Amino acid sequence: MDSEDEMNYDEEEEDSQEEDSNDEDFVDIAMEPEPSTASDSRETEDFQYEVLTADKIVHVMVECIKEVNAVVQIPATITRILLNHFRWDKEKLMERYYDGDQDSLFSEAHVVSPYRKDPRQKRSTRGSTSASTSESMCEICCLVIPHTDMAGLECGHKFCFQCWTDYLTSKIINEGMGQTISCAAYGCDILVDDVTVMDLIKDAKVRLKYQHLITNSFVECNRLLRWCPAPDCGHVIKVKHYDVKPVRCTCGHTFCFACGENWHDPVKCIWLKRWIKKCDDDSETSNWIAANTKECPKCHVIIEKDGGCNHMVCKNQNCKADFCWVCLGPWEPHGSSWYNCNKFDEDEAKKARDSQEKSRCQLQRYLFYCNRYMNHMQSLKFENKLYQAVKLKMEEMQQHSMSWIEVQFLKVAVDVLCSCRQTLMYTYVFAFYLSKNNQSIIFEDNQKDLEHATEQLSEYLERDITSELLVDIKQKVQDKYRYCESRRKVLLDHVHEGYERDTWDYQDGL
Amino acid sequence: MSTPARRRLMRDFKRLQEDPPAGVSGAPTDNNIMLWNAVIFGPHDTPFEDGTFKLTIEFTEEYPNKPPTVRFVSKMFHPNVYADGSICLDILQNRWSPTYDVSAILTSIQSLLHDPNPNSPANNEAAQLYRENRREYEKKVAAIVQESWNDDEDDDDVDNDENA
Repeated sequence: MDSEDEMNYDEEEEDSQEEDSNDEDFVDIAMEPEPSTASDSRETEDFQYEVLTADKIVHVMVECIKEVNAVVQIPATITRILLNHFRWDKEKLMERYYDGDQDSLFSEAHVVSPYRKDPRQKRSTRGSTSASTSESMCEICCLVIPHTDMAGLECGHKFCFQCWTDYLTSKIINEGMGQTISCAAYGCDILVDDVTVMDLIKDAKVRLKYQHLITNSFVECNRLLRWCPAPDCGHVIKVKHYDVKPVRCTCGHTFCFACGENWHDPVKCIWLKRWIKKCDDDSETSNWIAANTKECPKCHVIIEKDGGCNHMVCKNQNCKADFCWVCLGPWEPHGSSWYNCNKFDEDEAKKARDSQEKSRCQLQRYLFYCNRYMNHMQSLKFENKLYQAVKLKMEEMQQHSMSWIEVQFLKVAVDVLCSCRQTLMYTYVFAFYLSKNNQSIIFEDNQKDLEHATEQLSEYLERDITSELLVDIKQKVQDKYRYCESRRKVLLDHVHEGYERDTWDYQDGL
Repeated sequence: MSTPARRRLMRDFKRLQEDPPAGVSGAPTDNNIMLWNAVIFGPHDTPFEDGTFKLTIEFTEEYPNKPPTVRFVSKMFHPNVYADGSICLDILQNRWSPTYDVSAILTSIQSLLHDPNPNSPANNEAAQLYRENRREYEKKVAAIVQESWNDDEDDDDVDNDENA
């Protein structure tokens, strides 16, 4: 938010104070923004969404409050706290408001019921006690302060401005609290509303952080909103209805609305989440340990073999077991006739080898899919360089009697290449969790085909493009990217069809 | 140097002297108002009765917006006191309010001795004995009550040595 927002907040405060004196139903919104033009409606197929800027989010929030207020007619600050209590679910709030016991609703949401007291005494944050000139002691700093320099919420606990400011600043900056700051008095759970905070806090940095915390809690609780996950992007995507669909922010980042990751068709959010966790944590380290080390059969300490001799002596001073590395049986019966290790087929040794074999196999499988996944991810990063190279080539071609429109195919080709790589990348995550059946064989064939075509396209764009026969290559590239695009569609359609018909079997426990 | 925290601590001290709560006492150390020594006398009708338990209270400049760090110096055997003497008490953590002062902290700790919360144990053994074997619990507490007197004698010895 910039300085304009700041100004705007200040204006609002003044407005709200003027209105204080005469109007019960005023809408004292501390965070009303200027009407913003920077929203952006987008649509992919039938999925509608909007990209909102930071102040547009505030606008949406204010609209939401107004909408509720039009019905329930209580101060907007209270409405905001109530709405937050119901995670911005308007219907739920209305239902509780008119169905049940309102007093318990207000106390549950930690606000003082606006019906409980004389409207004259409302919002006595500042200058409202002009009649009284007495002083009293602030319970926090223990100084005697004139009443005119003290503030408090409807709960009646009053503290001096300085103590309030310190208290709120510490809660906002150090503890990152926004909507959930309560009165400073011990045991008082009445929440501090946003108008009071904005009245008391003058430091721009703290105000900004507070506003951010408030909008953040609004966005996080709201099912139809999601922050753009790109670094330093303050935009929010607002959808008409919640769905697993790709959305594109104005900053250019495309992501899955449901989980916030890069758009990951064909793999589903839950599997991707498990995959990312698997790649991040050390589960494969433990697989390596299982595949390359053994446990001492006596004390179970983990041993890595560092020499050729199979006669193992456990170095654990309390154990010192002698055993055979191959069969894990005791060394004694082996004696000097090791090469005829007769213990080899013993059940226990077999079991140990089986489990080792299994984790080795799992590691191999994971590495197989991970390598391919990482490889496409890496290539995808390189394609940014390709965009540069292609741009130069396009300029060069335009000097060789080709028109602007005639050279656009190159950019399209790189676009297609990127989307194919992205799809392929996630097909390996999908495949990792997939069990073999007839459909999975078809899937793997589709994958192979797309992989093959994508690599050819990549090769054309990276190598052959430097050759002089531009007209030749145009035909080749165009054919190839159309083929790639159609293969990509076939693959995705096949996976989606499988989801619908429930033909995919998953391997659990990976 | 007077900061809001120091000013407030002066007030806390004055209040503690003018209106001392029963069974607790506390004062800043000689040259540092941010570090206090305190004593809590074991409350009557509890196994802690007659014990004299010493504590240190360490404040930061963020006081009273942040709670101080309170720690038993005397050996303690209590479900909500850790081995190092630090105390698991809600008002010293998430339920802290800036309206709390030193006398409120000390009286709260005193009532914690009276009323342990075995559901959030800082000392598992103490919590288990408190729940399942009250007699053994009381025996262990009696031992640290004895020890708390020895602390005094030790200190007296030290003082005497210094005087001599």
